[in-house]
Amino acid sequence: MKVLVAVKRVLDYNVKARVKADKSGIELANVKMSMNPFDEIAIEEALRIKEAGKAEEVIAVSIGPSQSQETIRTALAMGADRGILIETDDEVQPLAVAKLLKHVAEKEEPGLLIVGKQAIDDDANQTGQMYSAITGWPQATFASKVEFEGDGLKVTREVDSGLESIQVAMPAVITTDLRLNEPRYAKLPNIMKAKKKPLEVIALADTGVSIETGLKTVEVNEPEEREAGIIVKSVDELVDRLRNEAKVI
Amino acid sequence: MHFGLTEEQQMIVDTVRSFVETEIYPHEDGVEKAGVVSPELGNEIKQKCIDLGFYAANFPQEVGGGGLGHLDFTLLERELGRGSMGLTHFFGRPSGILMACEGEQRERYLLPAVSGERMDALAMTEPGAGSDVRGMKCTAREQGGDWVVNGSKHFISHADVADFVIVFIATGEEETPRGPKKKITCFLVDRDTPGFAIKPGYQSVSHRGYQNCILEFDDCRLPSAQILGELHRGFDIANEWLYATRITVACMSVGRARRVLDLVLPHVAEREQFGQPIGRFQGVSFQIADMITSIDAADWLTLSAAWRLDQALPANREVASAKVYATEMLADVTDKAIQLYGGMGLMADLPLERFWRDARVERIWDGTSEIQRHIIGRELLRPLGC
Ligand SMILES: Cc1cc2nc3c(=O)[nH]c(=O)nc-3n(C[C@H](O)[C@H](O)[C@H](O)COP(=O)(O)OP(=O)(O)OC[C@H]3O[C@@H](n4cnc5c(N)ncnc54)[C@H](O)[C@@H]3O)c2cc1C
Repeated sequence: MKVLVAVKRVLDYNVKARVKADKSGIELANVKMSMNPFDEIAIEEALRIKEAGKAEEVIAVSIGPSQSQETIRTALAMGADRGILIETDDEVQPLAVAKLLKHVAEKEEPGLLIVGKQAIDDDANQTGQMYSAITGWPQATFASKVEFEGDGLKVTREVDSGLESIQVAMPAVITTDLRLNEPRYAKLPNIMKAKKKPLEVIALADTGVSIETGLKTVEVNEPEEREAGIIVKSVDELVDRLRNEAKVI
Repeated sequence: MHFGLTEEQQMIVDTVRSFVETEIYPHEDGVEKAGVVSPELGNEIKQKCIDLGFYAANFPQEVGGGGLGHLDFTLLERELGRGSMGLTHFFGRPSGILMACEGEQRERYLLPAVSGERMDALAMTEPGAGSDVRGMKCTAREQGGDWVVNGSKHFISHADVADFVIVFIATGEEETPRGPKKKITCFLVDRDTPGFAIKPGYQSVSHRGYQNCILEFDDCRLPSAQILGELHRGFDIANEWLYATRITVACMSVGRARRVLDLVLPHVAEREQFGQPIGRFQGVSFQIADMITSIDAADWLTLSAAWRLDQALPANREVASAKVYATEMLADVTDKAIQLYGGMGLMADLPLERFWRDARVERIWDGTSEIQRHIIGRELLRPLGC
């Protein structure tokens, strides 16, 4: 079985995001970019599945500009076997990503697609679900545990009320939650080998997939600054302020 | 010329940075307070590095090392420099001089040091012989094919956790036109050798948790098989292999200075006095400008010296320049950082006072600033007959 893992190049989680002067997006020039943390978890899970003898190959796929090759190399250094980049400089919305992943899956025929539950840049939390909708594959979102059971998978999901267990047939799409696993560090020998692993670059045009989605980013703004909090002296004052100032009770 | 990192170098940097932030930073306060690294913690860090293939990254792959060249290893150590030295010691960077091991010494010292089974320390300095290493009094006399050693060494880093020590010892004297000169031999000394004792050293203001020890030799008998390199030629292998340790000091200073700057920037951008962030005062922003300029300068000086070693170009002067400049830069950057934090900078609640204290030793060990300047001056002037 092959496992396909989608990895996205995003602003590093340590970097404080700044909005571009023209409000067209976030300033990405000269800032550190890294693999979306949920995708690291996805790679880790795929590697564990392979190490447990349940899969033969882990393929990392990214969609984005040429620099996304670095993100794929990071996946290869962690232990993925090969990479595929669908190269485009255009903004790619979740539906388009889902379509492009379907395009790759039709060729590779993986038994499993693992994606992060969301990317930390746009926080859309849609790709996995949309992929499921357009392919008819069962989806197991927000996975905090993945086990093989019979011909399918038993996936534990973190939901508001606690933990939910579901069973899915394969091929299936999984989206990873934070607590699924702790991603490994790249091993030095694997870092040195990453360059030698195959990385196929496909031009977006060659996929024949349209990335038009009817969704456009109009403007990006800084969040409103939070006002400083206050310390109240008594419960009475608290109730008074909640009632008369904040008007929430 | 190309100043960017390769993808591999970037991944090495990112991985080591993330390792230091996740596996080292959380233990730093504890080590600072206890003054030691517990054996369990040391072993845990060591085992993780072994599993990651980063242990002994400076050794060739043929002997089980990571196979990094000088430049790649310098990038690695620069990131390590962010972390507390007592802890990063267990990241495992055995002394390169072990490559001089021959025959069964490879099995007994080189290979176990690279695999992490045995840890090393290196001893030159004595109470009476610091900068003037050749002035050493620790002496070995030949007796029935063995060498009998008497004398002591001090300031020997991490000998407390070493399984063996690489020790430089006087084995005779020769007449030269400039007067008598000691002949020095390098020996491999196992921790449990009779007549050899590793004792606790002094309490250092810098790098708490990174212990220094006193070594004592009392009629300690060493077979000739313990000689590393050739008899009387200890300085030959020292010159071949130890020269790079000054790059270690330089690049770790750069890493630490960058960590300091990471703390200073948000502080001056957020700390308000007189109704505005202090970073808006030119008197403050100019200090920031000077900090980053000298950090970058030290970084490039160090990386280019490491690059020269990879190219087998002469690098003695360049390495000395990197060492002196980077360590003095760190002193200045940590001092400025405290100034910009004001009173809070001095409090143990923040790590700045630690970085400031830690910075002090960098100008002393591995050849003082004065000795580095002496090397630089000599390299420039000697060809002119001066
Ligand atoms: C914490 C710590 C750990 C150490 N770890 C080790 C270790 O693991 N192994 C090891 O072998 N050593 C180690 N050292 C020793 C270190 O390398 C020496 O301290 C250093 O070489 C200086 O020697 P010294 O302290 O005896 O000072 P001295 O040599 O006595 O120097 C005193 C002053 O005189 C100056 N001076 C000396 N000669 C000249 C000259 N020719 N021209 C101008 N100025 C001069 C020096 O620059 C210095 O300012 C360590 C030291 C410390 C503090």
